[in-house]
Amino acid sequence: MALLEVKDLEVGFGLRSGEVKALRNISFSLERGERLGVVGESGAGKSVLGFAILNLLSRPGYISNGEISFEGKNLADLSAAELRSVRGNRISMIFQDPMMTLNPVLTIGEQMVECLLAHHKISKQDARKIALQKLQQVYIPSPETRLDQYPHELSGGMRQRIVIAIGLLMDPDIIIADEPTTALDVTIQAEIMELMLELCERNNVALILITHDLGVVSQVTQKTIVMYAGRIIEQGPTKEIINDAQHPYTQGLMNALPQMGIPGQRLNQIRGSMPPLQRIPTGCAFNPRCNYVMESCKHNLPEFTQSGGCQVACHMVAEMKREEQAARLQSQEVGQE
Amino acid sequence: MSNQILEAAPAAPTTWQRIKDSHLWHSFSRDRVAQFSLAVFLSFVVMALFAPAIAPFDPYDVSQIDILDSEIPPSWNEDEGDARFWLGTDAQGRDLWSTILYGTRTSLLIGLAAVALQALLGICMGLMAGYFGGRIDSLLMRLADVQLSFSTMMVAIVVLAVFQATFGTELYQELAMFMLIMVIGIAEWPQYARTIRASVLAEKKKEYVDAARVMGLRSPRIMFRHILPNTLSPILVISTVQVANAIISEASLSFLGLGMPVSEPSLGSLISSGFEYIFSGSWWITVIPGAVLISLVLVMNLLGDWLRDVLNPKLYKG
Repeated sequence: MALLEVKDLEVGFGLRSGEVKALRNISFSLERGERLGVVGESGAGKSVLGFAILNLLSRPGYISNGEISFEGKNLADLSAAELRSVRGNRISMIFQDPMMTLNPVLTIGEQMVECLLAHHKISKQDARKIALQKLQQVYIPSPETRLDQYPHELSGGMRQRIVIAIGLLMDPDIIIADEPTTALDVTIQAEIMELMLELCERNNVALILITHDLGVVSQVTQKTIVMYAGRIIEQGPTKEIINDAQHPYTQGLMNALPQMGIPGQRLNQIRGSMPPLQRIPTGCAFNPRCNYVMESCKHNLPEFTQSGGCQVACHMVAEMKREEQAARLQSQEVGQE
Repeated sequence: MSNQILEAAPAAPTTWQRIKDSHLWHSFSRDRVAQFSLAVFLSFVVMALFAPAIAPFDPYDVSQIDILDSEIPPSWNEDEGDARFWLGTDAQGRDLWSTILYGTRTSLLIGLAAVALQALLGICMGLMAGYFGGRIDSLLMRLADVQLSFSTMMVAIVVLAVFQATFGTELYQELAMFMLIMVIGIAEWPQYARTIRASVLAEKKKEYVDAARVMGLRSPRIMFRHILPNTLSPILVISTVQVANAIISEASLSFLGLGMPVSEPSLGSLISSGFEYIFSGSWWITVIPGAVLISLVLVMNLLGDWLRDVLNPKLYKG
């Protein structure tokens, strides 16, 4: 049984102008200790996915269909108290901006102790000891002093380390990291990602890394999901997706990375931008921006095609696979004759 | 607990140092008006707190009052003044200085207690309205609108007059302070509720609230421990203004004869009791308590202004 299983998840936002679907047909599973990357442009629904898993969507968002089961139990069936004991305790979340995530009026120690006391019946002194230990795990210098400092007294990288320490506080099974390094500068980014990787490996924690940085995904994760306009368009082992992207959108993302270009040349960007959720084109949502667009792309929603270890939702890939198979059959027939 | 640890760790600044390095202190040390106001306000508080020790007479003790001493002008009036009564006496022969000390005590007590009640009600209502939103929000805010559409004075006059008429003056005099606190406290809670709701709406969108929910904390805990401390600055600012307002309301009600009884005068009832004698030349019974009331309210408003400027740096004085 998978640790986390998401089946046909659909998230709707009931707006005044009508219902909008932010996520559609999202299915994936996560094993214990596995690291999953979720990639996509802004507005693809990555963060909504993170919130939906914790059942924390704020109105008007709600889960309109599908199932999220954690250790075999559907999270939607849990009572409020049971859900609270999952949140923070078994599944924790790390947000993008460490300045915003920490409460400015409480000291680091107060925030950590509070989280511990919410889930365990332990004394304040013991909670403080655990907090101290977690701060040491994320390599914070002089953690004893930090416990009594306020968030504004610390640097950005330090704050994100503390946020990670808070995420690890309850020894969760899954950490959902929503763009954990976006607000940090590049040198610190690498440090923080390395730290997260190390901690996840050491504690056997599963990680869902939500990011738009393919470089980070390739370093850290084993599986990758590529999202576009609320749907998964490609998923599979990270190595295959990075080295041999099938979907034109994923290829576009790869080509847009600076190191792929030749010096002096313009970066290859994907032309156009993602459609707003109210006006998603029929057929494949990517068709107006796709270089390989065919007639069927404009009318029919592509199904997933197995290609190597990856599943790709693209008509072109499906056609190529069909042709390949036909060619193979033909050659077999020729061989038999 | 945190204080002990602060002392143990040498690198962490002490509480006193934190105050000294703070923006608030920096601004205070440069603002003469704020310093003066705070000094005056604190001296009023000290006077009120130690009134029994400072006052030469006990104005509540009938045995110390001699009706023959009535309407003696202040002692600097050499012809008629009496050295025993520094600020003169009122129509019943009470030492005005002692009565003012006790009156300030009563006024401040009513003002602070009424505002504490307002704040308690307003903070709970405002937090719930802002945090839960939706129907609870609409219901509470409409309730606040209804409450605001009655003026405080009108509500207070009606409630106090009805109470006085039903239960008689004697019981009323016993419960006057309690009633004043309740009436002023309940009449003004929407001020707090509205301000807090507005700040909660802004704070609720910040990620630390999501983070607290992700931690699995309960709603009341998130509301009171995470959001409330972040809305403290507007609460502080309106509190200073509200205390001043409550003192004025109490004084006005007492002046109208619906406040503190003459036997236990507040500043307002003192002013009112002297009002009849102002044309017979005994101006001091009204004017001196009036000056005390005005300066008390003025310094509180000045402090409130200063606090608002410091806590809201975007608002420059024009």
